[in-house]
Amino acid sequence: MAHERERDHVTGTETTGHEWDGLKELNTPLPKWWLYVFYATIVWSIGYWIVYPAWPLAADYTRGIWGYSQRERVMEQVEQAKAAQAGFVERIREASLQEIVGDEDLRRFAMAGGRASFGDNCAGCHGAGAEGAPGYPNLADDAWLWGGTLDDIHTTLEVGIRSGHPDARVSEMPAFGVDQILSREEIDQVAEYVLSLSGNATNQQAAEAGATIFADNCAACHGENGEGMTALGAPNLSDAIWLYGGQKADIVHTVTHSRAGVMPAWSGRLSPETIKQLTVYVHELGGGQ
Amino acid sequence: MAAEGLQDLADKAAAEAAGAKPADRGAAEAAPGVGRHEVEAVNKAEARPLYASRPSIHPKRATGIFRNVKWVVMAVTLGIYYLLPWVRWDRGPNAPDQAVLLDFPNRKFYFFFIEIWPQEVYYITGLLILAALALFLVTSIAGRVWCGYTCPQTVWTDLMIAIERFVEGDRNARIRLDKQRWNGEKILKRSLKHFLWLMVGVVTGGAFVFYFRDAPTLAMEFLTLDAPFIAWLFVGIFAATTYLLGGLAREQVCTYMCPWPRIQGAMFDEHSLLVSYRAWRGEPRGPHRKGEPWEGRGDCIDCKQCVVVCPAGIDIRDGAQLECIQCALCIDACNEIMDRIGRPRNLIAYDTHAGLATGKATRLSQVPYVRARTVVYAAAIAVVAVIMAFTLATRDTMSLNVLRERNPLFVTLSDGSIRNTYTLKIINKLHRPAEFRVSVSGVEGATIALGGHEGDTLTVPADDLLDARLFVAAPNPGREVSDLEVRLEEIGGERSATYETTFRGPER
Repeated sequence: MAHERERDHVTGTETTGHEWDGLKELNTPLPKWWLYVFYATIVWSIGYWIVYPAWPLAADYTRGIWGYSQRERVMEQVEQAKAAQAGFVERIREASLQEIVGDEDLRRFAMAGGRASFGDNCAGCHGAGAEGAPGYPNLADDAWLWGGTLDDIHTTLEVGIRSGHPDARVSEMPAFGVDQILSREEIDQVAEYVLSLSGNATNQQAAEAGATIFADNCAACHGENGEGMTALGAPNLSDAIWLYGGQKADIVHTVTHSRAGVMPAWSGRLSPETIKQLTVYVHELGGGQ
Repeated sequence: MAAEGLQDLADKAAAEAAGAKPADRGAAEAAPGVGRHEVEAVNKAEARPLYASRPSIHPKRATGIFRNVKWVVMAVTLGIYYLLPWVRWDRGPNAPDQAVLLDFPNRKFYFFFIEIWPQEVYYITGLLILAALALFLVTSIAGRVWCGYTCPQTVWTDLMIAIERFVEGDRNARIRLDKQRWNGEKILKRSLKHFLWLMVGVVTGGAFVFYFRDAPTLAMEFLTLDAPFIAWLFVGIFAATTYLLGGLAREQVCTYMCPWPRIQGAMFDEHSLLVSYRAWRGEPRGPHRKGEPWEGRGDCIDCKQCVVVCPAGIDIRDGAQLECIQCALCIDACNEIMDRIGRPRNLIAYDTHAGLATGKATRLSQVPYVRARTVVYAAAIAVVAVIMAFTLATRDTMSLNVLRERNPLFVTLSDGSIRNTYTLKIINKLHRPAEFRVSVSGVEGATIALGGHEGDTLTVPADDLLDARLFVAAPNPGREVSDLEVRLEEIGGERSATYETTFRGPER
């Protein structure tokens, strides 16, 4: 390292010998306190290794003398959050659905909890915004197969639909085509009639012919004018909402093969308080009656 | 140490200027074939250390106009800082009555008649921009006046030095004390000094936390030891940093930590007023005996008063330097000497590079203050200030925000009509509750319903924000997207707000 040490003639400071476009870098000494701060950070980091988990080992890691673990910390926080909610959960358990909706604090708590539970349990079929899909009812509209009051929704959640639960909501539409109850022509005619209920018939003659078939085979459940029957989960056929599609082919398929959607019963899977929160949340999506 | 090196150099330069030739070295040969190498051992004592100890600086007390300005600025700025939280401001029953309050729990900033809500934080941004532009402007006019007079680091350092002087005496006494062996007197003086420094730190930290909570309440909480932990923590942090930065680190903060000295070079030009040594008048410098003639020499008698009063320990006669905070104490010190030796004042003075080059004293009135640089800064300040004042004067005491529900975009109702859902966020900034009527326009036949509220009215509590769901239903709108205007009108009041959004339906 026997290179010459050059001094900058203006400041008298040694240069490093590096030069860029005629500018030379001065080798100005760093202040000592700066060095001490650097040492202090090294000491601090060693302390950190000792106190906190730090070094990976072959199959494990150094755990630190405080035994700190982020995972445990999260668990603690979850416990704390649960403890903080305990009062609310208790009140939800005691209160009726109407009382929950009437109490601003409880309603907000139920809405927040309901939103989370909906995302975890319901969104898979009904969509994140409860918008539904063909075969999976839209919960944000105003049509309800089994009723849209708080109590109706609560019951549906608890027992499910064709879920195997002893009290499950069950109804069965015959497969008119497969079971050869109606001929193809009759099915075509009744489909036209059903379309005519909401003013969408394409063949007026066939629709008129279908009226008698409807009265004989369908009106018992769907009502004389196709207005549906929530006690049986029979959909309203005269409104603009079609669970399985409103095209003629969809209706022909439904009449021929029948449809039977399934929703699990949530009692036993979710706590009664969670089901209550979900009820309030679904009811407030915009379609509650 | 750096100052000494500079001094040596300045001496050398002065000597060269006086006609001495640099030593002719390296040419002589001891014997044929034996050359001399220009080499030095790397561990030679003359080689500079890799790390420099902090040179101890014991600034001497200065007296004069700039020192007085500094005392006044110190009194005013510290007075404002310590007393502002105690100023009361009546805002009515539902609001705090502290004139300046940063209310983080309620997310509101109070500044006299201005109340800043979280969504108005751009006012703070505007204020910071104004502060930065003002700093640029004063720097282009008069150099680092901010550094020299008003920077908190300078003010507190000045205060700490004053305390040090009060306890340990002026420069010479302090140097003596420094060299003295530890004895009772030294221990007493040093502990008293550090104790007082820490007290200043505690009071500084104490004043800081009062800006974040009702001052009298918090003061009582401190007295009864009921104050929240975070308050104690911040008092501790600020006490420690004040003690460390103002008391111990002092000029090291300006030299090594502060980014501003690095930028300032770009802010000056040849017409900026800087604390300068008028070399044309002072050189050649040298000791002067009473009665000797002044002809053929400069006015500088090399008394080094300018160096000993400098809080950064530098020699202004070496020209513009990074360490110089432009506090002008050297001007005061030099003027005192000039008075004593009967020479005109202002050998060191505020002068411009252009003025120094003329070799004549520049009067303050001769400096061109209006020039491109200052005009641009001043214009920028004016623009920002006008925008801020305008938005402040015209801002509403209510606001409406409408968020469309996007999942689902729309819902078909059983009668075939289409419904969209929105979340209304309404802010009522008045200190009284307000009732608003909601209406919509732009979509034919649209009807509205409010989730959880009867009818079409909403009551927003005083000084608060209300969330509400708005359902808008319309018979088949016939278009995929229509414009919808949501309107809010205060019942029995003047205030109203509208929000443009869209109403969506099925694809056509």
